[in-house]
Amino acid sequence: MVACAAREIHDGEVVFVGMRLPLIAFVVAKRTHAPNATGLFENGVIRSTPAPELIYTMADPPNILGATQCLDMLGVMSLLQSGRVHLGFLGAAEVDRFGNLNSTEVRGPKGLTRLPGSGGACDIASLAQRFVVLLEHSKLRLPERVSYVTSPGNGDGLGWRQRKGLPRGGPVAAITTKAVLRFGDDGEAYLASLHPGVRLDDVLANTGWKLRVADDVTQTPEPSPQELKAIREYDKEGFWTT
Amino acid sequence: MSKLLTMREAIADLVPDGASVALGLQLEQMIPFGAGHEIIRQRKRGLTLIGPISDILFDQLIGAGCVKTVIAAWVGNVMMGSAYNFRRAVEQDGMKVVNMTNFTVALALQAGAMGVPFMPTRTALGSDVARENKFFAEMESPFAAPVGEATPRPDGRGRPSPREDGKLHAVRALNPDVTIVHVQRADPDGNCHCWGNFGVMLEGVRAAKRVIVVAEEIVEPEVIASDPNRTVIPGFLVNAVVECRYGAHPSPVQGYYKRDDAFFRQYHELTKTKPDSDAWLERWVYGVADRGAYMNQLGGCRVDNLGVKQHAYAAQADFGY
Repeated sequence: MVACAAREIHDGEVVFVGMRLPLIAFVVAKRTHAPNATGLFENGVIRSTPAPELIYTMADPPNILGATQCLDMLGVMSLLQSGRVHLGFLGAAEVDRFGNLNSTEVRGPKGLTRLPGSGGACDIASLAQRFVVLLEHSKLRLPERVSYVTSPGNGDGLGWRQRKGLPRGGPVAAITTKAVLRFGDDGEAYLASLHPGVRLDDVLANTGWKLRVADDVTQTPEPSPQELKAIREYDKEGFWTT
Repeated sequence: MSKLLTMREAIADLVPDGASVALGLQLEQMIPFGAGHEIIRQRKRGLTLIGPISDILFDQLIGAGCVKTVIAAWVGNVMMGSAYNFRRAVEQDGMKVVNMTNFTVALALQAGAMGVPFMPTRTALGSDVARENKFFAEMESPFAAPVGEATPRPDGRGRPSPREDGKLHAVRALNPDVTIVHVQRADPDGNCHCWGNFGVMLEGVRAAKRVIVVAEEIVEPEVIASDPNRTVIPGFLVNAVVECRYGAHPSPVQGYYKRDDAFFRQYHELTKTKPDSDAWLERWVYGVADRGAYMNQLGGCRVDNLGVKQHAYAAQADFGY
């Protein structure tokens, strides 16, 4: 999942790195195929080298040491808003058919479950040139429609973002624990690749809507030895990856 | 004029019941836990907490019953996920949360800092965060191109040209009653040096009606004046300066101590129920008189382990002429 996420970063791109799993995806990309990527962190940090050791949060001292610039949040968010950021990385509790994200609250049979909230996720989803979301693959996490749109994806389909006034962007991939979903021109998700060892019916049964399947659905490439090495050297205790 | 106060005096003087308090503005770094714990010990009530993300300090203040409303983008335990007192307060007790995004917290404070009623932005259009939220209003740019007129195109250098058309969100100004920040060093007048990431501390200080600075070290004014580019807060904005070594533990202070990751993990494990959380507060907040007693309880070995192992000094800047 982390290797797969890292591959979404193209060399030379400016990436807005969200909290938790995206932190390690950025490091892996920097240490493998995208050495010239630049990372923006919402606390104000801009890095052109990966943090020298494992970080749990973007403000951990290793993420400050050797940074390219330590700014404030308005500085990096302004770069995001003005269109300078190619790719934003997010996590979410729920992702729906049109790539809308919920990280605020879920109302289920047991009542309200309050989640931590947007953080910078809504800003990244609104303003990056494209965004990628990482989450566990289950029916609960992938409902047909999120009950609360924390971070806007494609709304209800084609043209929605433009109608709402969003300047650009939208989801390009949802990387789950089972598969990679991508988004068609109509804004709806489809199954693009299955992770090694995962069966198609498993993915379809664990998605909250009738998931479209690409004609040329493939297997997600296995992590390369270089990617595995970068992950293991960085996350030695397996906190983020197991 | 020296503004040095003890933590007890500063909180008693400047944080009345019912105040809106901005803290944790540097995100996961330099969170003023020492000040937050003193607020809990003084049993302040009816507070409105303001911050982008709070890590676990908001959760502790909520668990201690100090809080009426939260205005924030994210409340939890950054390393571990959910924060249980926050969840209980919202799910069971109906505590009011004004959902923001990080950028819009920054913009609300910036509007407050600039003395204007709002700041325009393109973020959160179409998001439910903005629905029924008094901090958001949709507006059209007053400089929008008339309908039918061509909109600007990207300039061909890979950078988008500024758009002058379309919808915007106005984000309402926010002026906290008091902003509490933690910095590396300050002089007795409140001029502060800080390095690392700033988050929204600069706007948070400029927007506030009153400011408490908590510093790892108090230094002579000459030290601050030697490097004015590192001065993030001018003293005339500051009402109280508190010297508090390790005042941000378990969050990190660059150049002083690292993040105590285990403490965040343990907090997650030890606050899953209300009685457990009460016991945690008893042990780490009510049961210790001040930050010195708290650090003694933490133990010298653990404190040493958090200290800087390898210094990394910046190059000197020559201000001579």
